[in-house]
Amino acid sequence: MKRFVLAMMMALLAGPMAAFAQSQEPLHITITDGVIEPLPFAMAGFLPESPDAAQMAQQISKVISDDLTGTGLFREIPKSAYVQKIDTFDTPVNYSDWQAINAQALVVGSVGMSGGKLVVKFRLFDVFSGQQMGDGQQLAASPASWRRLAHKVSDVIYSRITGEGPYFDSRVVFVSESGPKNDRQKRLAVMDYDGANVSYLTDASTIVLAPRFSRDGNKVLYTTFETGFPRIKMLDVATASARLLPDVPGTMTFAPRFSPDGSKIVYSLEQNGNTDLWLMDVASGETQRLTTSPSIETSPSFSPDGKQIVFESDRSGTQQLYIMSASGGDATRISFGDGRYSTPVWSPRGDMIAFTKQNAGRFHIGVMRTDGSEERLLTSSFLDEGPTWSPNGRVIMFTRESPGAQGEAALYSVDISGRNLKKVPTPGPASDPAWSPLLP
Amino acid sequence: MKFAAKAALVVAILGLAACSNPDKYGSGAVGPGGTLGPGGAGMNGGMGGVNDPNSPAYFSQTIGDMVHFQVDQSTLTDTARGILTQQASWLVSHPSYTAIIEGHADEQGTREYNLALGARRANAAQEFLISQGVAANRLRTVSYGKERPLAVCSSEECYAKNRRAVTVISQSAVGS
Repeated sequence: MKRFVLAMMMALLAGPMAAFAQSQEPLHITITDGVIEPLPFAMAGFLPESPDAAQMAQQISKVISDDLTGTGLFREIPKSAYVQKIDTFDTPVNYSDWQAINAQALVVGSVGMSGGKLVVKFRLFDVFSGQQMGDGQQLAASPASWRRLAHKVSDVIYSRITGEGPYFDSRVVFVSESGPKNDRQKRLAVMDYDGANVSYLTDASTIVLAPRFSRDGNKVLYTTFETGFPRIKMLDVATASARLLPDVPGTMTFAPRFSPDGSKIVYSLEQNGNTDLWLMDVASGETQRLTTSPSIETSPSFSPDGKQIVFESDRSGTQQLYIMSASGGDATRISFGDGRYSTPVWSPRGDMIAFTKQNAGRFHIGVMRTDGSEERLLTSSFLDEGPTWSPNGRVIMFTRESPGAQGEAALYSVDISGRNLKKVPTPGPASDPAWSPLLP
Repeated sequence: MKFAAKAALVVAILGLAACSNPDKYGSGAVGPGGTLGPGGAGMNGGMGGVNDPNSPAYFSQTIGDMVHFQVDQSTLTDTARGILTQQASWLVSHPSYTAIIEGHADEQGTREYNLALGARRANAAQEFLISQGVAANRLRTVSYGKERPLAVCSSEECYAKNRRAVTVISQSAVGS
């Protein structure tokens, strides 16, 4: 089963042929007009082990179900179709009953309270090969963290079936927007990847832009107008305390991003109308200039190994993407298609770069290999911009803004296959998402 | 002068805010969009009339505090140079005033690029004012990118108004 689903995942990238080549395998995946048939699974409940765990069990089941079906790769079979009734965690699985309803995967779980802790146990079964997939697992946490517990269960199920890294137990920092278009109020906010547990990190007293997480998820860099001029601020997520980074008077600084080890920050510094890339050592505040071109260099992003930086520059006359050493020097242009390319972000897996593309009056989110090959546009709208990667490099979140006087920004996510485009729920208009790493 | 009417509202209020707020660069100074509102016209009286050549209103409305740019450009047009020449002349003869030049972009660009583009526009205006004799230490620039559009429709009619550099004068010190 795992082998087949892997083929399915590859097919998402490679097109229909790979999947059809596997069609003699037990799992039946139909690809029609490029649409993947989601894998049907059954979740025989997360059974409460005591009455006080009943409500929690229901909520946890719902979050897991939403995580899995939200990927577009899975479809949950309604409980009304179930043949076998599983009423305890240790009830032996009668595979033929689950084969009969064409469940490819079966999840059996339980939720209990023990010593003030919430305890979740679960097992995952491959129905058609008639065996358990991996060991059963038990996770415990404080009841307040029940959503994280649910996301962790989803992550295990997702990873075992797809062979991909987990990503549900993660957060997103973004800009929460309100007010009219010519007087937008902006606040930094952070939420779970699925829009739950929103909390605000700044008030609306000044413009804030483009927050980005450190790789450990503990810090956020963003741009603020609180001094009247764009400046970079570094915020501690746990305490929401923040400090302005040192700057040079008479300059603007913006577009910050951490190095993978968190010791350095690459950013744009504007002086006398010219914007170049600089590097700052977080501990000492020492800076180093990386580019010296009279053109605009901005939106830098480190490779996961910290050795290279991808950025945008209009040195050729229009915005294009370039890669250079993290210590500066010559840069290699990697974008060559029609239109303008901007906001490159290196995938956490290192293999791809996501970007914004403007062409013929439309905006797109796209991905390409780090050498610029295999460019694919995933979205198209009046205004899409600012991609950010899920921790496993399979999903991209971005800002989509609607046109006109009443236009509003919202967060959307899309698979790197271009499938499963959907709006991310936020309390109001939102922009500039940045995905955290997987939580510890 | 065709932009003067629109500019008047905005700058009238900003100018006033600047006078009453010595901490111009503090968190209160969010830019022209932030204080733009229908009540603005009535506040012009506090600044001196548009026919009084010594008044900020004369600078912002009669001369015009705003110049506009082509798509993705920061080159000054002949019209822009004409306006900036008059701005410079006014600033030279009113040495107690300082100015912040705000650069703005329309929404047809990504956020960070537009910040950089706005800075180019503000700088182009600043350089021209300096070339016309305004002391560099009386001028500062800031870019709002696409964060503070004047006009909110999503067509060239509005975009043309939003691609601008605005010279915001005040009697507080620059760069303090």
